[in-house]
Amino acid sequence: MKCVSLVVSLAFAAGLSAQPAVAQTLKVIKERGQLSCGVSQGLPGFSTPDDKGNWTGLDVDICRALAAAIFDDTSKIKFVPLSAKDRFTALQSGEIDVLSRNTTWTLSRDTSLGANFTGVTYYDGQGFLVKKSLNVNSALELSNASVCVQTGTTTEQNLADYFKGNKMKYEVIAFTTADETVKAYESGRCDVFTSDVSQLYAERLKLANPSDHVVLPEVVSKEPLGPMVRHGDDQWFDIVKWVLFAMINAEELGVTQKNVDEMAKSDKPDLKRAFGTDGNLGEQLGLTKDWFYRIIKAVGNYGESFDRNVGAGSKLQIARGLNQLWNKGGIQYAPPIR
Amino acid sequence: MSVGTRSPPLQLELRLKRALGGRAGWSGLAAQIVFVIVLAWIAYEIVVNARTNLETQHIAAGFGFLKNTAGFDVSQNLIPYSGSDTYTRVFLVGLLNTILVSVIGIFFATVLGFIVALGRLSPNWLVARVAGAYVEIVRNLPLLFQMLFWYLAVLAVLPAPRQSLSPVSGVFLNNRGVIVPTPVPQPGLDFFALAILIAIIASLILHRYARHELYRKGRSIRIWPFVLGLFVGLPLLTVILFGVPLSFEWPVLKGFNFVGGSRMIPEFVALTLSLTIYTAAFIAEIVRAGIMAVHKGQMEAGLSLGLSRGTVLRLIVVPQALRVILPPLTNQYLNLTKNSSLAVAIGYPDLVSVFAGTTLSQTGQAIEIIAITMGVYLLLSLVTSAIMSFYGWRLSRSTAQ
Repeated sequence: MKCVSLVVSLAFAAGLSAQPAVAQTLKVIKERGQLSCGVSQGLPGFSTPDDKGNWTGLDVDICRALAAAIFDDTSKIKFVPLSAKDRFTALQSGEIDVLSRNTTWTLSRDTSLGANFTGVTYYDGQGFLVKKSLNVNSALELSNASVCVQTGTTTEQNLADYFKGNKMKYEVIAFTTADETVKAYESGRCDVFTSDVSQLYAERLKLANPSDHVVLPEVVSKEPLGPMVRHGDDQWFDIVKWVLFAMINAEELGVTQKNVDEMAKSDKPDLKRAFGTDGNLGEQLGLTKDWFYRIIKAVGNYGESFDRNVGAGSKLQIARGLNQLWNKGGIQYAPPIR
Repeated sequence: MSVGTRSPPLQLELRLKRALGGRAGWSGLAAQIVFVIVLAWIAYEIVVNARTNLETQHIAAGFGFLKNTAGFDVSQNLIPYSGSDTYTRVFLVGLLNTILVSVIGIFFATVLGFIVALGRLSPNWLVARVAGAYVEIVRNLPLLFQMLFWYLAVLAVLPAPRQSLSPVSGVFLNNRGVIVPTPVPQPGLDFFALAILIAIIASLILHRYARHELYRKGRSIRIWPFVLGLFVGLPLLTVILFGVPLSFEWPVLKGFNFVGGSRMIPEFVALTLSLTIYTAAFIAEIVRAGIMAVHKGQMEAGLSLGLSRGTVLRLIVVPQALRVILPPLTNQYLNLTKNSSLAVAIGYPDLVSVFAGTTLSQTGQAIEIIAITMGVYLLLSLVTSAIMSFYGWRLSRSTAQ
């Protein structure tokens, strides 16, 4: 009911507010002195608060990078935890400036929600988590299974498509929050828990014995996750887009959080353009000349953020896979800064 | 009493003023009209503003999405449904699930509520205290909490499908629900049903005849041997003549779950259980209040006539108490229906879960979907109170006679 009441109140807010900050988002943020960033209600690796209330994660790093680029201060952020159901309404109503909450980029979401995706922070796909004791090695062996799923996502549709496509029967039980879904899975109500693979790894950590559960090899959907901004403010759209591109480019250029001060003095032309010692690319975006430096100094490059939050340096231990740079076997690719 | 004979000079004006709050003079009326106009203007502004805002942000609006394919499945559907049906169908599936759990919940909550109320009024010390404890514990704990408790309790107790309990052959109990054989109609069913219908009608006629004899001639006839004969004999005859009316499709364990048979999902069980137990506590207090509102002389009079306590309650006290009970009872029915929307927390596919949940997030049409959902709950509540008002009206007529 809490979610519903939020949706209702936001729907009314959409009706009442004269004109939710459509244009000049950057100006509004600067006046407010704070970036309002929509995140998940707690998904390890992507956006989760630690015991001191500090948010960390890959999605959170996008918000931090934005705050660094605007204020040169990563603490000037108000994190708004949102359920899968409420997230778009919160963005539409102007409650948040950017939605950085493991949200899949699809055509219908790009067009009918009054919002745009700015890029792909993580190439994900839907998978299946099962108990090892079931002795299942492939998702194709899941005929007649009961499947637990979190409602308010594309997950339910993908699930239906996959089982229908393989002529398998199944039963779906949908819950509102990830916690309830996992609890039902753990209590044996379902044989399978399905979600994006990244989330499966994250939720597996919360189970009593993570090693008793296994993620099946099948990935049944394309789930490119990325940040979203409202329609109608192209400048803000560009900023959110290029903050991510800056992080990806930094990795490609070999700029890390550690060596950023050194690299800033480099006289290589592409580095000089990025750091703003040559030209004023940052100002063209509406930011400052040293925007690139600020971002990398604050959160590091894309690879560093990945490792720290979801990759080898984290508990999740997710392999880079598709999220490796394009010149290292993955598909992460950013347009050049010039 | 004869007040109606005096007729006031300007009936219409008086009535209008009374309807609008009764402030003297036409200035009061004008103020009211202005107020209504302002209210209408605000409502109009909200709608127009919402529409322009949606348009400027290119958010799709309107109800066209209802014709699109839903593309997701639902674990319990009373009408045939598959993922290739439309959102309209999903809406109906969710609505029926909500109505199902509400109707069944209302029925059991009423029964349990009456039992607990009578228990609390019982002269038996232990029964009265147990009933009292039930009411005080249940009505003071949040419903959502109780729902999760029952859901997880139900799931924790039951075994996995492969270790199913089978109390009766063909009936299985596991953490996927209660699975029973599905009855499949056979050719003899029509005759069997006809035989039962005839038995019912014949029994009713017999009953009326017996009552007539009792009232008019004071002759008491025992009709139950005939009734029993009708209900056993007639259907048995059709079974002998036309064969067994029903065959059963037995559930079989296949892979993860049982295939075949009919199943009651644990979410439904937990939801019905929690709604029943919770609402029954409130109903019990309402019924108790109603019964205590009937003067105790009524009970004493009945007892002194030599009637048993149960008979006095059934024939004298409860019919009078019902007039007091009915209005707050209706409130509880409405509460139960609205509370069923908490189902989403335990994975029961009610209207809020499949329509205001999955459908909303797939289509993003928050305003339309929330409006429809609110409208539906409003309608369900209005229908419930209309039915209860009708019942109350009939009751007051029959007691007046």
